[in-house]
Amino acid sequence: MVHRYDALIIGAGGAGLMAAMQLYPHGQVAVISKLYPTRSHTGAAQGGIGAALGNLEEDHWEWHMFDTVKGSDYLADQDAVEILCREAIETVYDLEHWGLPFSRTPEGKIAQRPFGGHTREFGKAPVRRSCYAADRTGHMILQTMYQQCLKNQVHFFDEYHVLDLLIEQGRCAGVVAFCLATGELHTFHAKAVIFATGGFGRVYKVTSNAHALTGDGMGVVYRRGIPLEDMEFFQFHPTGIYKMGILLSEAARGEGAILRNRNGERFMERYAPTLLDLAPRDMVSRAIYREIREGRGIDGKNYVHLDMTHLGREVLDVKLPDITGFVRTYLGLEPAKELIPVQPTAHYAMGGIPTDNDGRVVIDEKNTPLPGLYAAGETACVSVHGANRLGTNSLVDILVFGRRSGRHAARFIKENDLPPLSENPEDRARETINKLLNSKGSERAADIRETLQTEMMDKASVFRDAGTLTAMREKLKEIRDRYERVKIEDRGAKYNTELMEVFELGVLIDLSDVLVECALARKESRGAHFREDFPKRDDANFLKHSLAYLGPNGIEIAYKPVKITKFQPMERKY
Amino acid sequence: MQVTLRIRRFNPEKDAQPWWGEYKFEAEPTDRLLDALNHVKWHLDGTLTYRRSCAHGVCGSDAMQINGRNGLACKMVLKNLGEKITVEPLPGFRVIKDLLVDMDVFFARYRAIKPYFITHSPEPEKERLQSVEDREKFDDTTKCILCGACTSSCPSYWVNPEYVGPAAIVNAHRFIFDSRDEGKEERLAVLNATEGVWRCRTIFNCVEACPRGINVTRAIGEVKKALLYRKT
Repeated sequence: MVHRYDALIIGAGGAGLMAAMQLYPHGQVAVISKLYPTRSHTGAAQGGIGAALGNLEEDHWEWHMFDTVKGSDYLADQDAVEILCREAIETVYDLEHWGLPFSRTPEGKIAQRPFGGHTREFGKAPVRRSCYAADRTGHMILQTMYQQCLKNQVHFFDEYHVLDLLIEQGRCAGVVAFCLATGELHTFHAKAVIFATGGFGRVYKVTSNAHALTGDGMGVVYRRGIPLEDMEFFQFHPTGIYKMGILLSEAARGEGAILRNRNGERFMERYAPTLLDLAPRDMVSRAIYREIREGRGIDGKNYVHLDMTHLGREVLDVKLPDITGFVRTYLGLEPAKELIPVQPTAHYAMGGIPTDNDGRVVIDEKNTPLPGLYAAGETACVSVHGANRLGTNSLVDILVFGRRSGRHAARFIKENDLPPLSENPEDRARETINKLLNSKGSERAADIRETLQTEMMDKASVFRDAGTLTAMREKLKEIRDRYERVKIEDRGAKYNTELMEVFELGVLIDLSDVLVECALARKESRGAHFREDFPKRDDANFLKHSLAYLGPNGIEIAYKPVKITKFQPMERKY
Repeated sequence: MQVTLRIRRFNPEKDAQPWWGEYKFEAEPTDRLLDALNHVKWHLDGTLTYRRSCAHGVCGSDAMQINGRNGLACKMVLKNLGEKITVEPLPGFRVIKDLLVDMDVFFARYRAIKPYFITHSPEPEKERLQSVEDREKFDDTTKCILCGACTSSCPSYWVNPEYVGPAAIVNAHRFIFDSRDEGKEERLAVLNATEGVWRCRTIFNCVEACPRGINVTRAIGEVKKALLYRKT
């Protein structure tokens, strides 16, 4: 079945819905999602959205920009960061005008609170910049955006899983998607496609990410020869619930919570004397790992404590109700009285599909755009987060660059006709599906995935070196070999969720390959990428973005320069 | 602990009638029911079908009937459910495959109450002001994740699927009591119609079912009051 649209948006989280809001007045637009839109992972964001509104104290977008650049360990493109921090402000007001129920200050303005790495006067002290709705800011953003899309009659294809990208004569021509309800393939022929498909935290064993976050968008474009940028940088959030990985927002520490080791010591005093527990995530996660390695984990195990006992009921129930509930539900602990076991949890991909500042996907070191193809949000790499993202900036990113990609695509669809479409556009997707359905193998996908996630956690997470990464490279060969023999029990057409899980696993393996190769090639430590064999940042050789291509002989890595405008690289201390 | 899951199964491509599948295995008492369902799907029977995503109670994908009560599989911890756990699809919704139900009717009812911010006055340059007290009036109903647990638990909905149902009313409440919204009259008109809020018989099943702890019946009561005391 062939559908024709002016523009397609793949993914219905904040970035996709924001793009849809820009595009709907300008043509036929559809949003395609493998989930119902309100299930998207934007809804799990907790702590807030960073914008220098200055509602509670003086603040400026330049300060926000400095913090973001410094937080990125100087790998972010500063022209993009400037856009991010300037436009954050109007974007937050847009959301409020669309009805988003922010928490309020006593004067009735949008409430703001401190967050990791956000400071006043270029690093002097924490600043209240995170605009929040209790600890369910992402939920409110997702609901508000979906509501506005319904109001404006945006067309949705719910539960359609995109399997392939169509490129014809150097232009993006659409996508092929698998309809979960029927098992049929659908071709979506379009002038412009925006990928807003989120991250791939499911490559790791302990993650805050939803089951759905398998990096499909990145995988689909990568398999069509488009590079992925800065994939070695994966953020571990310091405070995931021990073993489960469920996120306990940085907002907890923003409201005053403290990390403690087995001696009850506030160990961040030794690692970040100025910002303490509100240092950026890469540093806090490394500090926790160090404490554990040096025997100061709780009971000698691999976790530390988050102490919220001094915050008081009022703060817990009013400002942090959801995470308080998670602790009660999953740990059976009372955060007002008991310490909470936490460990770093795989949280956010700084890397992704390379784009320019209008969300156009760029396909080489010279930033040449592929006409009609866009990406926004976690699946994209603009790059505004560089080597380490600051808390709250993911929500800023999805909205600011979701909006910019939607606006650029709106102009593009006016100025261009539909590209040609090849005769059998579904062939490649059908081949992928048929190969899996006809597999006579005996390997359970779950066992392969378990191996992948455990090994990646062990060998390619917060600390890495040539030894662990080379071992992971070898493991991945084994894993890929096992995937060739994967077993499928459900051969039905309707809601074959097993088939889709196996497809997703294939993507996770591809992305793990890319992550490991880029991490091996980057012989320095920067932001979330910490090489124990190269523990220093090396600006002379590595102040550059990596681009990984799927070439005929495997992964090829190239580099492109970082755009530096206002802030020269300095040593990063907090 | 040893658990036994009894799961109501139905594959439209194979089965004329639903049947019970029974699965016995070792699990951690702190595992979620969703982890147990994943165990079945990943290690015992790959055809088992259900929706899931976030796995911690915020996305609303995995609402189902668990030991006779509606809830989210990812918010239920095994040790609180006993050794023998019965899992069925949401009642009152059409079953498509195993635990996966048709949500289209549910979302159509949601859309009927105009679940979006309506204003006619010009937008200020910055934010609209709202007092902490006014914000508090609709805080409870902003928590809804559209999982369907409440509507599916409602006997008034079972006998009359034209009824908008508790979830739609909760979302109407979220706007009706928002001091910034100007669509109150339009929404109240929908809820005053035959299939609107008066179908609620104050049974309280919805309150018990809501995994977000929303006091659904109170919200419905407040909407009824708003209709009764409306200036016409």
